[in-house]
Amino acid sequence: MSAPVVDAPVAQGPGASPAAPRTKSWKASIGLGVTALVSLLVFGLTTPSGVQTTFTIATSSDFVHLPSLTVPAKAAAVTLSLIALALAGYVAFRANQYRKVGIWLPIVFGMAVMGALLAWAGADRSGTTIQLTGLLTSSLFLAVPLVFGSLAGTLCERSGIINIAIEGQLLAGAFLAALLASMMGNAYVGLIAAPIAGGLVGWLLAVFATKYWVNQIVVGVVLNLLVLGLTSFFFSTLMSDNPSLNQPLGLPRVDIPLLSSIPVIGPVLFKQNLLVYIMYAAVIILQIMLFKSRWGLRVRSVGEHPKAADTVGIKVNRTRVRNTVLGGAIAGLGGAFFTVASGLAFGKEMTAGKGYIALAAMILGRWSPKGALAAALLFGFADALRVQLGIIGSDIPSQFLAMTPYLATIFAVAGLVGHSRPPAAEGTPYKK
Amino acid sequence: MSDRKKKSGKPGGTPGPEGVDAPDAGEAHEDSASASASRTDASAVDSTAPEPEGAGGNAESAAVEEAPKSQTVLREILESSTLVVIMAIVASLAIGGILIVFADEQVREAATYFFARPGDTFSAMGDALGSAYSAIFQGAVLNFNADTFAGMIRPFTQTLTMATPLIFAGLGLGIGFRAGLFNIGAQGQLLIGATLGAYVGFAWHLPWGIHLIVAILGCALGGAIWGFIPGFLKARTGAHEVIVTIMLNYIALNLVAWLLTLEAFQREGSDNPITPIVDETAQYPLLLGSGFNLHWGFVLALACAWGVWWLMERSTLGFELRAVGANPHAARTAGMNVSKGYILVMVIAGALAGLAGSAQVLGTEKVLTTATAGSLGFDAITVALLGRSRPVGTIMAAILFGGLRAAGPTLQVQAGLPVDIVFVIQALIVLFIAAPPLVRSIFRLPAPAHEKEVAA
Repeated sequence: MSAPVVDAPVAQGPGASPAAPRTKSWKASIGLGVTALVSLLVFGLTTPSGVQTTFTIATSSDFVHLPSLTVPAKAAAVTLSLIALALAGYVAFRANQYRKVGIWLPIVFGMAVMGALLAWAGADRSGTTIQLTGLLTSSLFLAVPLVFGSLAGTLCERSGIINIAIEGQLLAGAFLAALLASMMGNAYVGLIAAPIAGGLVGWLLAVFATKYWVNQIVVGVVLNLLVLGLTSFFFSTLMSDNPSLNQPLGLPRVDIPLLSSIPVIGPVLFKQNLLVYIMYAAVIILQIMLFKSRWGLRVRSVGEHPKAADTVGIKVNRTRVRNTVLGGAIAGLGGAFFTVASGLAFGKEMTAGKGYIALAAMILGRWSPKGALAAALLFGFADALRVQLGIIGSDIPSQFLAMTPYLATIFAVAGLVGHSRPPAAEGTPYKK
Repeated sequence: MSDRKKKSGKPGGTPGPEGVDAPDAGEAHEDSASASASRTDASAVDSTAPEPEGAGGNAESAAVEEAPKSQTVLREILESSTLVVIMAIVASLAIGGILIVFADEQVREAATYFFARPGDTFSAMGDALGSAYSAIFQGAVLNFNADTFAGMIRPFTQTLTMATPLIFAGLGLGIGFRAGLFNIGAQGQLLIGATLGAYVGFAWHLPWGIHLIVAILGCALGGAIWGFIPGFLKARTGAHEVIVTIMLNYIALNLVAWLLTLEAFQREGSDNPITPIVDETAQYPLLLGSGFNLHWGFVLALACAWGVWWLMERSTLGFELRAVGANPHAARTAGMNVSKGYILVMVIAGALAGLAGSAQVLGTEKVLTTATAGSLGFDAITVALLGRSRPVGTIMAAILFGGLRAAGPTLQVQAGLPVDIVFVIQALIVLFIAAPPLVRSIFRLPAPAHEKEVAA
């Protein structure tokens, strides 16, 4: 386990020996080293020398104007790749001493490789520049449903319920948000309607999982199918008969005074709509509540060792039902992103597998809210990058960039990038 | 999969973190050993019946089977899982009916003056339901309005055609469930298999007979490769197969989307993401002549079903796979290679999913697009669950869902209903079947003695 642990997981699983054998794990250093080498070979050495890449940092409406940054493409790509290689070497050095590295390392590593990629992709494109602020803004925006979805997954799985139905909860949220917002003619109504729909799906999942002991993955998959069928059915009947029930309403952008005039960070973080601000709050509150409050301790104990939790008087199944409903509501709120927050009308299958990516973000983020945020931002960035590279016309097929979140998740669960350990009692129904 | 869950109801057999299990592991082993012993006894005695005993056909019910037959025949019928399945279908169609009524324009119109003339509302409801259900019947089973006999039975052959890929993929998933692996990756395995098979079909030009066989093998190989990855990762690193297979589905989709942008996969002079039509020599021959779409893939699917039955019920390997699914710890103690089991199961499941792809590219569609897999992979999960992971059950379930699928166009044209209602009914059926206590409480059926053990 040489890679950084995003958050110290709750007490080791019951029975797991505290004195785990000290093994040197080279997986992380090998993984990072190979990535850095690929970056050096592909981005560093194939960039033609003598050309430049221009990064546009500020947009014209910014309070503070920053000049565009123009760098020699080849030198930048090579330097950044070498930095990444050095970081991989540092991880190997620490692993040799049985020590871990901080969370900063993968972040800096990722930024270095991404920088090299951008320098390579933007090289010698005189007409276009890399819109750095735009890239970050759209990364954040595209990450919104993933963050809500993976928060929902975290909440459910920490209490021992596997939530594969995130996709269905997002879709249900998107649907009801569009429907009720259109009926009331106010986009903000959507933010109230969406969690209700998601919570209902979560409730169904919880009932089947705790009362009828149905395999939670089965229920999740089937609920996804059910929600897809129901929303598509109402979309093709109710909504297509009355277009007034499905209008493209958008939440207005709310600029936070002062904060939004900070260069780069301001427009990225503080010129968004209400849903994004709710997301910030949700991540912070859940992170604190799950790991620092009595409620969080109880939830985690139910997810790790329900029998012990029951013995000390915690109602296991009630906790699970409440958490799953709450989780469903949060995912549903994320569903509002697709309709009212994006200013779009509801469309069939409009979540397009985002729920499954959110599940991946949850695993990559190791079942903690801040990890979920980081992973979701990473996936959002991959998505935004795909769009940006499509605009400047890159040689990388967009399909490969679209694959990255999935590949990253497989590497994560296969233990190539650190070790991910789910809550111990996940997926097992609790029977007295 | 359900078998594994059922196990968990038994004392000492709780699958959980190894640390928790360690103290009573010995107990668990004995427990499972006796259960599997009684199971082999039961199946040896009862060699003519491949179908499951009791609700899940698991070890417990095999033991319970010897219970005194003092109960009345009626009681046995009421307790049977078949009745639960039928009732689940009835309940789902009823809920589907509520949706149909709710969405019907005429019903809503009549409902506005409900208190003045309530009869109108009810007759509109009756019309809506009648036209929907008769459309399902006419689209899936028999078309009374046709002039010829061929025209009348065409809907049913269409149902069988639609069922073919579902049988293949459902069989594969069923093996996985019984071995304790929840494979959600049929979608990706099907797509990769279809890609390889289609490529063999249109790019290689082999003589008649050999070409079809090579193309079919290509499909199976492609699926097997895509199934091997999660099996290998599960066996070696413990990576959860659900997550890996979901991710591989998306990777497969993007991979195929990229392949379809290449010259080698596109039709000459075209930039569309669609392959050339596979050679006639690589297509499944039609089973009932040119008037019907039904092809020999259906027969191959039935043969595979027999093969899977033999593998799981008669062969040593199948016994080992079931043992791994029932209790991996016990299987390991008994000297079985659990890792090998996981990999083998995923490879077989992948190959079968790949064959489902062959039913698409070599049978009905004859080309490869990114939409080749449709939602077949996910439908196959519901098929395997409905069929309780047994070959005969899978065939029945596939025909049922194939029928719903085949009825889609008729439903659209005759009753003016969107095809999506089919998904709703399908999802409801599986939800109900997954929770027998729910169905029993709706229809006030008595619970069998071993219900509590089986309910997982």
